[in-house]
Amino acid sequence: MSDQSVQPSTPENTLAVRVRGVKKAFGKGDATTLALRGIDLDVPYGELLMLIGPSGCGKTTLVSIVAGTLEPTEGDVHVLGHDLLAMSNRRIVRFRRENVGFIFQAFNLLPALTAVENAAVPLLIAGWRRKHAVEVAADFLEKLGLGDRLTNLPSELSGGQQQRVAIARALVHEPRLLVCDEPTSALDAANGHVTMELIQNVAVQANRAVIVVTHDSRIYSFADRIAAMEDGHIQRVQHGGTFDENVPHPKDG
Amino acid sequence: MIWVAWKMLIGNRAKYLGIIFGVVFASLLIAQQSSIFCGLMSLTVSQILDVPGASIWVMDENVQFVDDIKPLADTELFRVKGVPGVGWAVRLYKGIARARLEEGMYEQMILLGLDDATLVGAPEHVVMGSIADLRKPDGVIIDEAGYKRIWPGEAYQLGRVFEMNDHRAVIVGITKARKTFQSFPIIYTRYSQAVRFAPPERKVLSFVLANPKDGLTPEEVGLRIEAETGLQALSRQEFLWKTIRYYLEKTGIPVNFGITVLLGFFVGTAIAGQTFYLFTVENIRQFGALKAMGTSNRTILLMVLSQALHVGVIGYGVGIGLAAAFGWWSGQTTRLSFFMPWQILALTGAAVFLIVLAASVLSIRKVFVLDPAVVFRG
Repeated sequence: MSDQSVQPSTPENTLAVRVRGVKKAFGKGDATTLALRGIDLDVPYGELLMLIGPSGCGKTTLVSIVAGTLEPTEGDVHVLGHDLLAMSNRRIVRFRRENVGFIFQAFNLLPALTAVENAAVPLLIAGWRRKHAVEVAADFLEKLGLGDRLTNLPSELSGGQQQRVAIARALVHEPRLLVCDEPTSALDAANGHVTMELIQNVAVQANRAVIVVTHDSRIYSFADRIAAMEDGHIQRVQHGGTFDENVPHPKDG
Repeated sequence: MIWVAWKMLIGNRAKYLGIIFGVVFASLLIAQQSSIFCGLMSLTVSQILDVPGASIWVMDENVQFVDDIKPLADTELFRVKGVPGVGWAVRLYKGIARARLEEGMYEQMILLGLDDATLVGAPEHVVMGSIADLRKPDGVIIDEAGYKRIWPGEAYQLGRVFEMNDHRAVIVGITKARKTFQSFPIIYTRYSQAVRFAPPERKVLSFVLANPKDGLTPEEVGLRIEAETGLQALSRQEFLWKTIRYYLEKTGIPVNFGITVLLGFFVGTAIAGQTFYLFTVENIRQFGALKAMGTSNRTILLMVLSQALHVGVIGYGVGIGLAAAFGWWSGQTTRLSFFMPWQILALTGAAVFLIVLAASVLSIRKVFVLDPAVVFRG
């Protein structure tokens, strides 16, 4: 599924994401709001990084830029070896199609499609034949424990089951970057835990990076690193599965 | 992805039916009103169509349509016969006469007087009796619809008698004839008898019916007749269109029907467009998710257009079907004229295409400018 036509442009081939000096402004003139104020961030392959912080701190904007759905106002963004800012719109669309998996806060499953059809959507977008795409998606859903729910509509599934379908949809085309936006916010604690276990067990691989945007402190234990954002900056990055509010930012001295 | 688009469309049952309803409404109204209009226009020329034998109609130069009778002198027949290229020519009387029925009631009738010798212009489909019986004294043939109008519910019966202009007329046959614009009963008789049935006038010849000699076209011979006699000589087709043009240009009929057709078009567009737009807005997050996952704008365009085409085809089919069913029903139970030529199917198809195109334009724009990052915002 990789984009063979675009040569990697970063020297650090171990890095899935390399962001330098990224700023993002919304609005014009006096109404301009700076959502990101100069972000530097590296995410190596095989890592699950969590982006945390209060609402409006810029997490979603940053993850949108990394996923190639939003263009920064300033800075460099290299993802999977590709310089996103140097790519045309058409190539970015293709890049997302082939390399990025998405798990959305509100699942965003297509209500008219069954579980297996929803899971097959990325393959259909990639031009696969429907029959083959559905077969592959069905295998994936079997792995996630939804083998008996293949033909159910999203409205017939619980929140946890819907999120599992969303995980299958995000991974079925074997992307090298997985972006999860508040994957547990619509779930209870138990289902949230199960979802993160699945992401950790199925999604995290040596050739893939996973970025999770979350408010949910109960799932911090699943992170390899946690980046805390505030007011458009990354305030601190901690390794390990817990986040200690008292650890000072390196810049704080 | 077209398949995904169709499932998205059909999955939202209420909106889907709403859009279909809009297209069906427009399609039905456009096809039905246009067919009634065509039906009415066909009524205006029914008496030209019901005279299949003659390919040239000769008349006064000021005649504008088939019911616009400006009588000629009987001698004009001989002048037409004398024009080189004319194979044969016969007289035709056409007028409105008042009949007094046995019961004492009066009825307006369309009176057609056919050439005594040849009976050119006689009806083709006789239900009862025979054309040859027109040669019997006082013999007339009446059309089936006219018979039913005068004697509703009664069985067909030859030998019934009525009076026209104090002259006795005996029904010797019943025939099928196309409906006429005036919807009066049609009476066929011999020319010599028709002029006795009609109110007395100095000139009585309505038309000269003619045919060209072999190898000549009606148009060619018509021009020769016009040049030689100063009369108006039109081919059957030319006279037919001249009559239709008269009704189109000199009456409010096309305007009235045109307004209804336009109303159907605009109301259908409004219903379908609004519902389709609401459907798109309702699915905007799904479209956003598809865009985020790498669906190109071109594919999105194809998806929306295929949804529009889907409802267009179904709405068109159902609308045309309903219009045809209405036409069949009205033909069985009413005297409403309904004629649906292929041109109406094409016209309605084009209108429906425009409707779904217009309906999808707003939706396409909405999805095109949609920022895929919208899916990350709450």
